[in-house]
Amino acid sequence: MEREVVIPGEVIASGEEYLPGEGTEKRGGDIVAIRYGLAEESNRLVKVIALSGIYQPRRGNVVIGKVENITFNGWVIDIDSPIGAFLPLSEIPRYVNKEGMSEVFDIGEMVVAKILGVNGRGIDLTIKSRGLGKIDEGMIIKINSNKVPRVIGKEGSMINIIKKETGCNITVGQNGLIWVKGDRIEDELFVKKAIMFVTERSFTSGLTEEVQKWFDKHKKEEGEKEK
Amino acid sequence: MTKEKIKEFKSKSEISTQTKKDSFERPDGRKPEEIRPMHAKVGVVPNADGSAMFSFGDTVAIAAVYGPRKMHPQHSQDPEKGTLRCNYSMLSFSVAERARPGPNRRSTEISKITEWALEPILMIKRYPNMVVDVHINILQANASTRCAGINAAALALAHAGIPMKELVSSVSIGKIDKLLVVDLNKEEEDWEEGEGSTDIPITLTNSGKITHLQLDGKINSEELKEVLKLAKKVNKEIYEVQKKALKESIKF
Repeated sequence: MEREVVIPGEVIASGEEYLPGEGTEKRGGDIVAIRYGLAEESNRLVKVIALSGIYQPRRGNVVIGKVENITFNGWVIDIDSPIGAFLPLSEIPRYVNKEGMSEVFDIGEMVVAKILGVNGRGIDLTIKSRGLGKIDEGMIIKINSNKVPRVIGKEGSMINIIKKETGCNITVGQNGLIWVKGDRIEDELFVKKAIMFVTERSFTSGLTEEVQKWFDKHKKEEGEKEK
Repeated sequence: MTKEKIKEFKSKSEISTQTKKDSFERPDGRKPEEIRPMHAKVGVVPNADGSAMFSFGDTVAIAAVYGPRKMHPQHSQDPEKGTLRCNYSMLSFSVAERARPGPNRRSTEISKITEWALEPILMIKRYPNMVVDVHINILQANASTRCAGINAAALALAHAGIPMKELVSSVSIGKIDKLLVVDLNKEEEDWEEGEGSTDIPITLTNSGKITHLQLDGKINSEELKEVLKLAKKVNKEIYEVQKKALKESIKF
């Protein structure tokens, strides 16, 4: 279906056969947008894809955050969301002595974690999964959290191209923080350039092909420089 | 509209203007129901979560939205729902005589009024203990600054991705002597001949609900009904400008 920009209060679809999805509301027989974004319809479900706004934490999201504080039973993590996030001691995959907590994660260190759940009081995190844990080296890039789906691409197509072309390890947090780790700092900076290219053109269709072209062009330039 | 209808409409409006006032003319030559040229643009403040500019002729307002973010100080947090906080300020160079910067009695009042005008359309119940900050700055003033400010703020809130029921548009309707006019400028606001000038800023949602109405001057209830009708009519024009600004800010 054609994507269309909608504004709050605009009727997207009318008729009983449609169901209101995210960012929409049912008013009488109409499906009305309640936020600014792109309207999309699939299987009778109408939803609005947000283009702006703060990060909305959801269960199962992988996020990147910074250790803000250490309490007696866990760590307070800043994941760039207005609700505070907490990583309890019980969610560490190995035994930790309460005296040695700052050796596991010290204040100011970066962590990749998964959201266990969101409740009224805050967000609970875990690192009991593969690929989660402390970040000890590399580079952190911050982008708008609404553009994360474009950076990852359909089934990871976009991020796989960037990984393949630069040879870097990339972890994308759903909160808009991206961890890049490569052998050389030049490679990491190259990844940053590529991600900025993607975020600036996030509305273009066929972006994956364009990124491939962009890489082909820049690879040539780099080769010439080295000569 | 058919040609005859237009003709009929024109002759009617001519009669009504003539009966009310013998060939009254607005100082800037506008028709009674003509708004000054409007401009709107979103995304003017790169550091804000959402921003917009809105202008009526020489009156230019910029609004920047931050949040929803954690409310500070903590004692003003509301655990039941999110809060809206507005801040209206006229920049010192916005008027001919330098305005002393900082909050004053007038700007505090308009900040509160703007909050009340915008709150009914926002759906910030889902953000407990959080605040949405709206900062409105008037770059140039030639009357109707609060209306331009509310229009810009509504755009900026939508641009920031805040859930809202619908957009609001604001316009000031005035009564100069005995004639009802739309979108007053400074000269008309200070009109002293005849019955003088009455300024009525009105904010309406797109579906025609009133969220804000102020009245400064004197008017009878019959005329006030006329004013509301007029506001509903011209608000459509403002809404179209706002809609266009939001839709055109995204290029595929």
